[in-house]
Amino acid sequence: MEIRELTALEIGDKIKKMEIGCREVAREYLDAIRNEGQELNAYITVMEKEALSQADAVQKRLDQGEELSPLAGVPIAVKDNMCTKGTKTTAGSKMLSNFIPPYDATVIERLYGAGAVIIGKTNLDEYAMGGSTETSYYGPTRNPWDLEKVPGGSSGGSAAAVAARLVPYALGSDTGGSVRQPCSFCNLTGIKPTYGSVSRYGLMAYGSSLDQIGTMGKDVRDAAAALSVISGYDPKDSTSIIKKSFDFTKSFDNDHFGGKLTGLKIGVPSNYFGIGISDEVKSTVLNAAKTFRELGATIEEFEMSAVEYAVPAYYIIACAEASSNLSRYDGIKYGYRSEKAKDLMEIFLQSRSEGFGKEAKRRIMLGSFVLSSGYFDAYYKKALQVRGLIKNSFDVAFTNYDMILSPVSPTTAYKIGEQIEDPLAMYMADIYTVSVNLSGLPAVALPCGFDSEGMPVGMQLIGKAFSEEVLVKAAYVYQNNTEYHKQSPVKGGQGK
Amino acid sequence: MNITDDLIQYIGELSRLELSEEEKEGAKKDLTDILNYMDKLNELDTTGVKEMTHPFDEVNRFRNLDPINEDQRDAMLQNAPGSKGDYFKVFKTVEQEEQ
Repeated sequence: MEIRELTALEIGDKIKKMEIGCREVAREYLDAIRNEGQELNAYITVMEKEALSQADAVQKRLDQGEELSPLAGVPIAVKDNMCTKGTKTTAGSKMLSNFIPPYDATVIERLYGAGAVIIGKTNLDEYAMGGSTETSYYGPTRNPWDLEKVPGGSSGGSAAAVAARLVPYALGSDTGGSVRQPCSFCNLTGIKPTYGSVSRYGLMAYGSSLDQIGTMGKDVRDAAAALSVISGYDPKDSTSIIKKSFDFTKSFDNDHFGGKLTGLKIGVPSNYFGIGISDEVKSTVLNAAKTFRELGATIEEFEMSAVEYAVPAYYIIACAEASSNLSRYDGIKYGYRSEKAKDLMEIFLQSRSEGFGKEAKRRIMLGSFVLSSGYFDAYYKKALQVRGLIKNSFDVAFTNYDMILSPVSPTTAYKIGEQIEDPLAMYMADIYTVSVNLSGLPAVALPCGFDSEGMPVGMQLIGKAFSEEVLVKAAYVYQNNTEYHKQSPVKGGQGK
Repeated sequence: MNITDDLIQYIGELSRLELSEEEKEGAKKDLTDILNYMDKLNELDTTGVKEMTHPFDEVNRFRNLDPINEDQRDAMLQNAPGSKGDYFKVFKTVEQEEQ
């Protein structure tokens, strides 16, 4: 248990100092997954053999004195929509239940280069479409804080695995909040980086102008360390923008800024705290704003414009891009093929009808509709214009503030099955997260308290494009002065 | 916005999905609800606002047509639901002309 309560960087440090071996660490987590992980259903595939041989290979490199990243030898879990060469990658869909990628996603290559040990592929909403991990073909994942509740989504498997200490840190992907919201539901820290910072090569596409791979850990240091490994320019992704990987050394340099946030200006959008938000989430997040003030930051409330238009604009754009991206699943080159098909058109129709789940079909249909002739201008074009207005509202806010503090989700985790039959209600719960993706901005989600049932509450810090360093610094100072992120459901955390 | 039987049929065709009667009824209700909610965007005057297709004003970058991945034909074909020799196997798509 002792190892499993450590952060990824602490484990990496012990490995570097030869206090513990890579194989021993991998074994510890593999045993935990087998003994404690069944009920959670956090993993779709556990890579036991690969992880152990990777652990041995990394140990050898370290023993030979090779300089590797601070995360060398530390196990990581990866959301099952990122391609792993030779290991099944399903995207949570029946469509890809037998798909074995012939190549590694760029993030996977980077992880291996840094000496990471990939321990398994985690459960997700089908094609990352959902906010509860209930739309997975492989069954729902449960929240380690309360097994009756959802872990959030779509990166719910990654979140549940880290929260239950079945892996020290993990990768997720965030198209409309899919890294941040499960972090918020499971008491973790996650970074959704600026669009163009992390290569999307090998990430199964959902909404290509919104998708970005992010990191999830027990604290911001782990999430940032992982982001420095996976970020950076990639010629294989034509939307890759940054030239170099992020370097967070200065963000953690306490001497550099005296451990205070003096001079930092944080805006709090008052209209994010209106209708729909639970009282407990509201008071908890506003309380966190007070803490930031005590730490030296200036806190100011302001009115953000176009807030209530983010969800409709997002779902039009995301579904349009999804309908186009998912047209590649035709039952020919890879993926599921219906055995009932009698001609080519039937291969397309029946393979897709049998291979996709309900939510994926719903989004394909919505997307096909808003792109169809006669409705394109009224829905798709309109949404793209509103996207411009939303981005503009952030630009205006950032002329006054260094960052924005907001809730991640209007509620804490809800019961499995409670919302799944009401798609519109589920979409509307994404109100605080989707505008960040529409605008391509970075955000850090981090724990800030618990509700009366002991369920975690998260907040997010949203920054200007490529302002990850300052976001991480603010989160780091907050976590140096609070204990919320240290609570664990495994030890019977707060409220249990 | 009201989704009629004809429209749901058309959306199914565009989506390359074959919907059961039950699915059609469900989709009609869900899409109607969702699209009515999306109509909220009409409250905003967007006259003259530029459409934002992408987060940043980046220009598409093309790279040279240099092969990066090694020959992976066998690995690719292993994922195909139907293959014969070095090819994907599908139903005949071109009818043979009568002699």
